[in-house]
Amino acid sequence: MSRPVIKVENLSKQYRLGGYGTGTLTDDLKKWWCKVRGKEDPFLVVGESNDRSKIGNSQYVWALRDIDFEVQQGEVVGLIGKNGAGKSTLLKVLSKVTGPTLGKAYLKGRVGSMLEVGTGFHLELSGRENIFLNGTILGMRKKEVAKKLDAIVEFAGVARYLETPVKRYSSGMTVRLAFAVAAHLEPEILLVDEVLAVGDAEFQKKCIGKMGEVSDEGRTILFVSHNLGSMRRLCNRGVLLENGGMSYVGNIDTALEKYLSGGGSENGQANNNRIKFERKDQLAQLTEIAIVDAGGEAKSNYYYGDDIFVLIKYLITEDTRNIAIRFSLARNGELLFLTQDVDRHENLLGKKDAGEYSTRIKLPGYLKSGLYTLSVYIIEVGKIREEKIDILQFSLDDSNTDTTNKSYAPDKPGLIKPGLIWEYIDFPVHAI
Amino acid sequence: MKDQYWDTILSNKQPFFQLKLGEVWQSRDLLWLFTKRDIAQLYKQTILGPLWFFIQPLLATIVFTIVFGGMAGMPTDGIPPMLFYLSGQIFWMFFAETLNKSSTTFRDNQAIFGKVYFARLIVPLSIVINSAIKFGIQFFLFLIFYFFFQFVMGAEIHPKAPLLLLPVLLLMTGALGMGVGLIITSMTTKYRDLTFLVTFGVQLLMFLTPSVIVPVSEFYKKYPAIAPYVVGLNPLTAIIETFKYGFLGEGAFTWPYFITSIIMTIIIFLTGVLFFNKTEKNFMDVI
Repeated sequence: MSRPVIKVENLSKQYRLGGYGTGTLTDDLKKWWCKVRGKEDPFLVVGESNDRSKIGNSQYVWALRDIDFEVQQGEVVGLIGKNGAGKSTLLKVLSKVTGPTLGKAYLKGRVGSMLEVGTGFHLELSGRENIFLNGTILGMRKKEVAKKLDAIVEFAGVARYLETPVKRYSSGMTVRLAFAVAAHLEPEILLVDEVLAVGDAEFQKKCIGKMGEVSDEGRTILFVSHNLGSMRRLCNRGVLLENGGMSYVGNIDTALEKYLSGGGSENGQANNNRIKFERKDQLAQLTEIAIVDAGGEAKSNYYYGDDIFVLIKYLITEDTRNIAIRFSLARNGELLFLTQDVDRHENLLGKKDAGEYSTRIKLPGYLKSGLYTLSVYIIEVGKIREEKIDILQFSLDDSNTDTTNKSYAPDKPGLIKPGLIWEYIDFPVHAI
Repeated sequence: MKDQYWDTILSNKQPFFQLKLGEVWQSRDLLWLFTKRDIAQLYKQTILGPLWFFIQPLLATIVFTIVFGGMAGMPTDGIPPMLFYLSGQIFWMFFAETLNKSSTTFRDNQAIFGKVYFARLIVPLSIVINSAIKFGIQFFLFLIFYFFFQFVMGAEIHPKAPLLLLPVLLLMTGALGMGVGLIITSMTTKYRDLTFLVTFGVQLLMFLTPSVIVPVSEFYKKYPAIAPYVVGLNPLTAIIETFKYGFLGEGAFTWPYFITSIIMTIIIFLTGVLFFNKTEKNFMDVI
């Protein structure tokens, strides 16, 4: 039976930009004066939406504005949004680190938060002492930690170093230990902020597995990550935040799709899967990017067997020798590969004459079904001149594949479907 | 959904009077671990370890004995000067250390407070306990001198019944130091101007606390006009005087005076806790 464990109602959080000084003192006095007279805080009216890239008129911004959603027990909810969209602020408010400016949030059950790995770790203390300290800071009782000590040590894989001060640990070991402690918390609600970005691949896998287990036990997770792949695997629902406001709540796939397609509208004019850019007075600039089929038509849905091309047009205004064009492709948020126009033509070394260029790159046939996103860059001697991250996306569908009489599983693990040929060199003749 | 259904409700409004002692009780394990951490941190990689706690009050006492007792010839109510200054010193150090450390609670802990929520009061409480442990070690030093003067030097010392108030005195000193510290840390998160005053102010306060250096009787003789206010309004003086009266037999102790001091201590402590709890909620945004 599902029951709500988190309810957020019109939650808003206002921040003041800039430093503190005499200017803020006058504002504080005004606020105080309004409060004394029983009037509404005047600065709650002036706040602007939190778009970090634009200069606003007001010193006050809304890091969160009218956030409204409900989470049922056992759900894993992903918070999605660009940097500065308000994901971490939301987690901070829910974990009581800072209070909301307006609105309310209701929580049912014990809340554990992991906003940072290793909060309160003390370098002078040994691994064992830190397990206890960190566990208690995160809300466990000492007895509980003692009960789980063995499991934590095993999960972290630091048995040999248990009595050594943490300052002698490698950074990876510290992180493993810290995550191990947090992973063994048993709160009814777990708030996790971008912690999977640490540790080696094997450990990351372990962490994701652990989080899956946690949700299977009926506990609720609210989760921020930029690893969209793990997000898609773990979450059932998504909350999409944009400049502090909430733009979508619901199914995780839809949320991710909206998030990924949101990148395009910001940068230029998107038409199907073709974007044209206005010309600027720059040495090198992108003029058009598209994802097209063999006939040159820009589409966003493809099937197995279709030829898919990336089309990049750019303009060089003076002769130059240092410009390279690069693009990368990610599948379900996980980077698949990265390629440059100079990779195959090293003798060119980026030498380009002034004029317009148009390139067409055929994507390899080993792509698996999924949601693909394209990022395009102009590189000048190793540094990025222009970047269009997650600018276009397309989906690849395998539903047209004839699976009759084939042991074909559409979603085998792994990132690619290489279509390898198994050649038997030697085999017993009467095998069957 | 009814409000009772939920365990936690977060909003910008909260009751004015909120001590959150239940929360503190629930995280008592953390209090113990923080205390242990701070002690361990002090001793790690030192050779003399806790012996350092002896050296500080001892040096101060010797300096006071030479400067005030010897050179300035200040009377000490007939108590051996060493004992007089030492008893003032150990209480003063307990108070001053608690105050100084808890007055930077928010600033020193912003990294951890910004990432995880637990009963914030645990931090200043662990500071008090740590200072109290230090006091315990220094009190042991005091006892050594006490018995030395009494039995070896044959000084005339007549302990009195209020000696048994020692635990109360300790509690009061801790509460007082923490209370003032909490008020300061709450007032300095946004505008830090006041922090410049703290270190200097605490030093100055020592001279405004008769009994640490100057006996109360002497203070009355020298400054009859202000003495009643300075002595009466400073709860710390009453604490030290009670200690001296109990252990050394000389001191300005009366029950009404002592009880006034208790009431003032409680008021200061509660004010500190209320300020602290009010500030705690949003301090991360302004510190």
